Amino acid sequence: MIFKLERRVDDSRWMAYLSPILAGTLTLITGSILFWALGKDPLQTLYTFFIAPVSDLYGWTELGVKAAPIMLCALGLAVCYRGKVWNIGAEGQLLFGALVGGGVALQFLESDSAFALPLVLVAGALAGMAWAAIPALLKTHFNTNEILTTIMLNYIALNLLLFSVHGPLKDPGGFNFPESALFTEAVTLPLLLEDSRMHIGILFALFALVAVWVLLSKTFVGFQIKVLGLDTRAAHFAGFKERRLVWLALLLSGALAGLAGVCEVTGPIGQLVPQVSPGYGYAAIIVAFLGRLHPVGILLSSMLMALIYIGGELVQIELNLPLALTGLFQGMLLFFLLACDVLIAYRIRLSPRFSALRKPSSAALVNGADANLSTHSQ
Amino acid sequence: MTIDIDLPPPSKDYRLQLQGITKQYPGCLANDRAHLNIRPGEVHALLGENGAGKSTLMKIIYGVTRPDAGVIYWEGEPVEIADPAAARRLGIGMVFQHFSLFETLTVAENISLSLPKEQVRDRAALSRRISEVSDKYGMALNPDRLVHTLSIGERQRVEIVRCLLQDIKLLILDEPTSVLTPQEVDQLFATLRQLSQEGCSILFISHKLNEVRALCDSATILRAGRVSGHCVPAEETNHSIARLMVGDDTPVHAEHEKTTGGEDYLIVENLSVKTDDPFGVNLESLSFTVKAGEILGVAGVAGNGQEELLAALSGETVVLDSPAAIRLLAQPVAAMTSGQRRKLGVGFVPEERLGRGAVPDMSLKENGLLTGYFQGLTKAGLISMPAVRKFAETVRTRFNVKAPNTETHAKCLSGGNLQKFIIGREILQNPKLLIAAHPTWGVDVGAALAIHKALIELRDRGAAILVVSEDLDELFAISDRICALYVGKISPIKETRETTIAEVGGWMGGDFLESSQPAPQQAVGA
Amino acid sequence: MDYDLIVNILYATVRTGTPLILVALGELVCEKSGVLNLGQEGMMLMGAVIGFIAALETGNLWLGVTFAMAAGLMMSLLFGFIALNLSANQVATGLALTIFGTGLSAFVGSDYVGTPLVGIEPWHIPLLSDIPFVGRILFSHDPLVYLSFGLFVGVYLFLNRSHAGLALKAVGESPQSAKATGLPVFKIRYLAVMFGGAMAGLAGAYLSLAYTPLWAENMTAGRGWIALALVVFASWKAERVLLGAYLFGAFSIMHLVAQGLGFSVSPNLLAIMPYLATIVVLVMLSSDKARVKLYAPVSLGKPFHPAD
Repeated sequence: MIFKLERRVDDSRWMAYLSPILAGTLTLITGSILFWALGKDPLQTLYTFFIAPVSDLYGWTELGVKAAPIMLCALGLAVCYRGKVWNIGAEGQLLFGALVGGGVALQFLESDSAFALPLVLVAGALAGMAWAAIPALLKTHFNTNEILTTIMLNYIALNLLLFSVHGPLKDPGGFNFPESALFTEAVTLPLLLEDSRMHIGILFALFALVAVWVLLSKTFVGFQIKVLGLDTRAAHFAGFKERRLVWLALLLSGALAGLAGVCEVTGPIGQLVPQVSPGYGYAAIIVAFLGRLHPVGILLSSMLMALIYIGGELVQIELNLPLALTGLFQGMLLFFLLACDVLIAYRIRLSPRFSALRKPSSAALVNGADANLSTHSQ
Repeated sequence: MTIDIDLPPPSKDYRLQLQGITKQYPGCLANDRAHLNIRPGEVHALLGENGAGKSTLMKIIYGVTRPDAGVIYWEGEPVEIADPAAARRLGIGMVFQHFSLFETLTVAENISLSLPKEQVRDRAALSRRISEVSDKYGMALNPDRLVHTLSIGERQRVEIVRCLLQDIKLLILDEPTSVLTPQEVDQLFATLRQLSQEGCSILFISHKLNEVRALCDSATILRAGRVSGHCVPAEETNHSIARLMVGDDTPVHAEHEKTTGGEDYLIVENLSVKTDDPFGVNLESLSFTVKAGEILGVAGVAGNGQEELLAALSGETVVLDSPAAIRLLAQPVAAMTSGQRRKLGVGFVPEERLGRGAVPDMSLKENGLLTGYFQGLTKAGLISMPAVRKFAETVRTRFNVKAPNTETHAKCLSGGNLQKFIIGREILQNPKLLIAAHPTWGVDVGAALAIHKALIELRDRGAAILVVSEDLDELFAISDRICALYVGKISPIKETRETTIAEVGGWMGGDFLESSQPAPQQAVGA
Repeated sequence: MDYDLIVNILYATVRTGTPLILVALGELVCEKSGVLNLGQEGMMLMGAVIGFIAALETGNLWLGVTFAMAAGLMMSLLFGFIALNLSANQVATGLALTIFGTGLSAFVGSDYVGTPLVGIEPWHIPLLSDIPFVGRILFSHDPLVYLSFGLFVGVYLFLNRSHAGLALKAVGESPQSAKATGLPVFKIRYLAVMFGGAMAGLAGAYLSLAYTPLWAENMTAGRGWIALALVVFASWKAERVLLGAYLFGAFSIMHLVAQGLGFSVSPNLLAIMPYLATIVVLVMLSSDKARVKLYAPVSLGKPFHPAD
């Protein structure tokens, strides 16, 4: 090989921020080639996909509607992933939060109590938390891999939702459609802007953003979670309580995903339906990574992800392209990101066979004469 | 002693010649125009302190690593050694320091993986050959044993026998004695001499000067990647060779006063721990004490329960069923977590400094907070950044840690500097008990001396210190009392002044078990 | 329960177990080399959709199977490039592969949803299929089921009897030692990953060409994930993969059992069974840490850069 990867002395902080941008660019380029191959004008398609949706105020409010649940899920996942707790279950936690929250909301069909909505929201968040408590319990007490348990719980939550809307929670007056009754005003989220669908869920998301930022950057618990993720053995050595940290990360993440779920059914949807989420919980995984597991990054990347959802719908309507483009773009984005992330720890160099021998004086000795990177000295 | 610039030209008289070997790693020039000449049947030492580039040079000879520049001559001919298989075809064999064996496979399976395919078809014949070779050189081996059931010494035999099964002309051994008891070292040397008489060249990598002087015909000394000299070890003193290894201005040796300590501070009584690691060792009713103001040294070959003992003492393993098995003065602590024990004033220095003692991808500042969190670095759950920065800065300056600032990531420090940081971090918390594992393993001489001095100072301030190490020289230099661990059992404890390396070496090999002496009872303090 | 019902349930168990065997055997070999590929679901979906399209467009089912395996292989190469060449985090790369495969398969197959296809027909093995009871359960299937039997035997012999299998296990235990011993770590890991990809593609083809000959988005329904759990359940042993796959197969056809026993339970609740069973089995097998440590390939999931 002419090129070879060479490990950097220290990770490049520049590259850590540049990599998502690079990944996004590569996704756009690949997307353009794809559009061209499908016989569409790449520029026009890209415009329809990424610009047209946000060319007016309504477009931006729709972006907020979609970004809110993704951001809530991704913020929780970021806390988990910082601690290397591989929670893939935001989707299930979201669905279970929606199901239980929706179930509670249906108890208020004849009430206009001011406490109804908070109760519904708390029920949804607690349900998400409870759903995340299952993998937490299994991981901390039975050493069970949380990737597999959270995935399985996603499928179980989806089937429970399907069961409920086909059975116990089906609207008796709904012509046998698998849907619940419509929620009343008392249990519907208030709108932020008239003539839009943007509800106060976006405020919850922004509040969660600040809270997660404080947790990860300012608190000792957040520090412990980061240590656990970077180096489990150091965390044990330092006396941090791994189980407690795993519980905390999963419960927080479950609560946020549950809140996202209940906000969806009490917000834009307004009832329980089989299709509560178009995969927000999975998209949030990509968003968390793309946002560098940092709240500010997640804010930006969740907006991008929301745009991909809206853009995907728009090109389906206007250009007759399949809706599955959304999923394809999500997958490509994550793949390109992983590939670009390699440049954080490595640099690309000409293979030594091709480059002139470097003089010893060019050796970047970090700490004087005795620099000997222990990673290389064995 | 010579520091020659004129290199002998490539010639059939030499089995192996290296010329101008250079290898650059990011941030580290491992070999800088190094050269080496070995004759047939010669036992040649490659000397140098940790980080001098010995391992890299051997890996280049064995084809594990490719040099950036330089030529290798094999019996007078220039060769390219692309991979270990190519090295083996030439007749080069290598015994690694951290053995390259597969624990879940048997001895025969391990050996078969490094032999050409046609030689391993017939497994019975292979087992027969393994037994033959191991008998011939006095290294008993059972080909059907699983490697993880073997002792460290036996594993080394597997590595050596693996090399001898091929037509071997050059055997490279990387620090082969660091994992052996003194008695096992004698056996190994006998085998090596036998091989050398049969015409096999031996490249012996070490930093133990006594051994080199006893075994080797000639030596090449490396310093900071460069050849700093050649010598005939038998004609030199330890001191003159050490000078070549570390340079002129570094002290190479220090004497420390021995003391007897005060009252028993750490009391371990009938500590038994069953490991949950299938390849681990159970601790069997250990009893010993460490007094305030003394250093207790625990010797032993790796894998005899050191990790398990250290984990039980640090609280990474909690012993719930007998909380009084470990006590600080009168307080039972065996059931406490490591955080709780830290609160009581216990400090720990683990064996792995990167990936346990420090988080590689965190700054020194954050790594100070890692264990220093009881030193007023947090307030109401929030991190107090100025305090954290000040703590790390104090460690850095007081312990002479060479790093640009406290924002530097731990992984960017050299082994010696990181170890100084870790030890400094623990000592600045004024521990009443410090438990240190292999404190100078893989560290350069200067840093090792600084670390020893810091430990002695802490002792003199009245702290109880327990040091676990494989390096007997180190233990004899700093500990006031000494003992050894062997398959999870503890030997008698003696004052260092009243014992010898040979006696402790015997304990490391388990000879205290045969004597009917009921060691543990005797060891418990009043 | 009457005799016919028992036979039918066992027959269906073999059928539902087959895709699990295929994908789990592939993942087993992959994990034995120390590489954890969580992208099974994505590779299966790609196998399913490409196999279906190729079979439909060419009219040749076996060409479809071949294309499916090639699709799985291509996906695994993508994984190999990022996880092995670029030594990225294997968990994240595997997840990305699943998300990507889900999206790409839905995109590629969007025009084929609901298109009918005559799938691979059962082939009753002469004589053997006439054996009462066993003949119907084991020897009256489509050829892919017989292929799964053969592949099981092949993987079993490879892992336990062959020199190459020994090298594979050695790489999985310690790539550093393997490199020092002179084994081609990179090549062995790549081959293992590619085998896993081809097997996942084959499993996908079984679903879309034999089990239910049609294409639907996400038609694998988590089987790739269940297969990952299955490898843990099997303690990384081929013979136990076989056992586990049929056990899970049985859990997936609970509706048959329920019908047979005369119960009427919601199909959505019954659909939960295999997922629930996966969790229960994982809990039972993982709680003994020492056991997992003893059987799991030591270097599983840890990146190894060839230059290190």
